[in-house]
Amino acid sequence: MSKDIFAIIEHRQGKIQDVSLEILTKARQLSGETGGQTVAVILGSDADEIARSLTTAADKILYVENEKLAHLHSDYYREALSSIIDERKPLLTIFGHTSASFEIAPSLAAHLDIPIITNCVDFHIDGEKVIAKVPLYGGKIDSEYSFDVQNGGIISLLQGAVKAEDGQKSGEVEKISFTFDKDFDSKEFLGFIEAAAGEIDITQAEKIVSVGRGIKDEENIALVKDFAESIGAVLACSRPIVDAGWLPNERQVGSSGKTVKPKLYIALGISGAFQHLAGMKNADTIIAVNKDPNAPIFSVAHYGIVEDMFKVIPALKQKIEEMK
Amino acid sequence: MNSIVCIKRVPETAEATLKIAPDGKKLEAENLVFSLNDADNYALEQALLLQEEFDGDVIIISVGPSETDEIIRMTLAKGATSAIRITPENIDELDANAVASLLAEQIKELDYDVVFTGAFASDDAFSQVGSMLAEKLEIPHITMAVEMNSQEEEETEITRELEGGLTAKYRMKFPAVITVQTGMNEPRYASILGIKRASQKEIEIIEDADVPESKVVLDKISYPAEGERAEIFSGTPEESAQKLAEKLKEKGLI
Ligand SMILES: Cc1cc2nc3c(=O)[nH]c(=O)nc-3n(C[C@H](O)[C@H](O)[C@H](O)COP(=O)(O)OP(=O)(O)OC[C@H]3O[C@@H](n4cnc5c(N)ncnc54)[C@H](O)[C@@H]3O)c2cc1C
Ligand SMILES: Nc1ncnc2c1ncn2[C@@H]1O[C@H](COP(=O)(O)O)[C@@H](O)[C@H]1O
Repeated sequence: MSKDIFAIIEHRQGKIQDVSLEILTKARQLSGETGGQTVAVILGSDADEIARSLTTAADKILYVENEKLAHLHSDYYREALSSIIDERKPLLTIFGHTSASFEIAPSLAAHLDIPIITNCVDFHIDGEKVIAKVPLYGGKIDSEYSFDVQNGGIISLLQGAVKAEDGQKSGEVEKISFTFDKDFDSKEFLGFIEAAAGEIDITQAEKIVSVGRGIKDEENIALVKDFAESIGAVLACSRPIVDAGWLPNERQVGSSGKTVKPKLYIALGISGAFQHLAGMKNADTIIAVNKDPNAPIFSVAHYGIVEDMFKVIPALKQKIEEMK
Repeated sequence: MNSIVCIKRVPETAEATLKIAPDGKKLEAENLVFSLNDADNYALEQALLLQEEFDGDVIIISVGPSETDEIIRMTLAKGATSAIRITPENIDELDANAVASLLAEQIKELDYDVVFTGAFASDDAFSQVGSMLAEKLEIPHITMAVEMNSQEEEETEITRELEGGLTAKYRMKFPAVITVQTGMNEPRYASILGIKRASQKEIEIIEDADVPESKVVLDKISYPAEGERAEIFSGTPEESAQKLAEKLKEKGLI
């Protein structure tokens, strides 16, 4: 085992994902402790420019090149990554906890027969152990998982868990022209599909009233819609509301929906899971109404009411009307 | 065309007050209601849709305690053909890799075209078991599926979710593992007739499986640190609404 820390860089359509800069920051901090190198690993084709843009961020930029790696393909990615990890034996390999890592990191760990912890908000190395903090049950409970790192291991870190900092390194790009022994043609990438523009762009709204699963029934949506209109706010929601088909995609706030930064965000019956918070925690004023005093939403909200929203909404609507 | 659906029994925690058990590693189960993991419900629906189109079996498989049978019955009531429950001795100590190995050992014995799992379990949100399972079965996989179309018996076109509303489309041949993200379809409810029929269907129980080693250990669980919390307006709904309205006015937000 070397003492190096690998950070797997995610790039798409010519752009490095924010989370990759965050895991690089974490990798630099860890390799400082282990005395190893920070290695940024890029898989792709036509990614020379991206590789060069990371020279201050890592001691080495390992650019694994093949046209088969131009788009995410779990079989080619597994072959390439397992081959370089096998050969160079990093102490730890870090991914961002994103859709791409869901696709490749767990099967890579199984393939290499090394341990993996995903969905972490933080982790550290303590002797021969990696100890990671993982939010459970939608953020209502914290946990600590660990594994022995003697034979390497994989960690995936949630976006926004670490603040990205600029690096002071002067790394060099090592380009590897990778060859595959066989074709994996039982799967083929066909293309990206951008979300269709909806009738409303919630990212432009100054005030948002957002509704979650606490609304219980589709027919109750009318109640919050009416409330939103009465205060001149745009109606948005958490993912389960879109999954149920009660509101269209374009209204969803969160990591797989829109990121919003309104002056006012009122969350009604939303628990505050990490993926939801990712889309709204930078709003200027956040208000939460939830009947569970322990709902994680209260840790980002500025003001809150612990109560049944069906009692609060009519009262609040009336009080606001009286005050206008 | 045969499908296998991997399901997990999870506690409903969104509205519950959670208490940590004395061992510091799990929740006090007393006041918790358990149900089928949300994403698995969508995975099951996708398998049932394939069954309607091409015939064949839908086989449910779960690594879980005996109480899992209640949840398995529900999936049988919706139309699944049969079920397997794997209950090894040290069931609380399995990591995702061990769960995937246990599932793979059983699935290898079956005749299947597609293995469905949920994209993530609502308790740990690891998103690991599906893609590990594909590795162990040595078949291709797609995770985070949100759409499956131009269905044929040998292959499918499948759309997977990325971030911020972006998706990517792939073509994939069967046999394969597909992990299903919430919202992919509209899960059905069980019919009365289905519920009656389910009681006659068989759940195979496996208690003597070889348990693979778990490399990842859960050391402890804890309540989140208090940190900065919202200022809470208390009182009757009218009183708290009054205080909130005043605050909004003061901040020029209404
Ligand atoms: C890859 C991935 C991407 C995701 N992307 C997103 C995303 O973009 N956006 C998103 O929102 N989620 C996303 N999620 C899902 C996320 O993890 C949570 O499951 C989701 O945010 C929960 O939505 P919720 O708070 O509405 O529902 P729940 O977690 O079920 O919470 C409902 C809340 O309502 C409260 N409540 C119930 N009844 C009442 C009442 N009468 N009055 C007041 N309060 C009440 C409850 O106490 C509870 O806190 C994603 C998950 C994954 C794995
Ligand atoms: N104990 C289990 N038994 C059967 N399937 C499981 C089990 N744990 C996880 N899965 C499947 O794997 C998916 C992802 O779980 P996880 O990797 O824990 O996020 C779940 O949605 C299930 O379909």
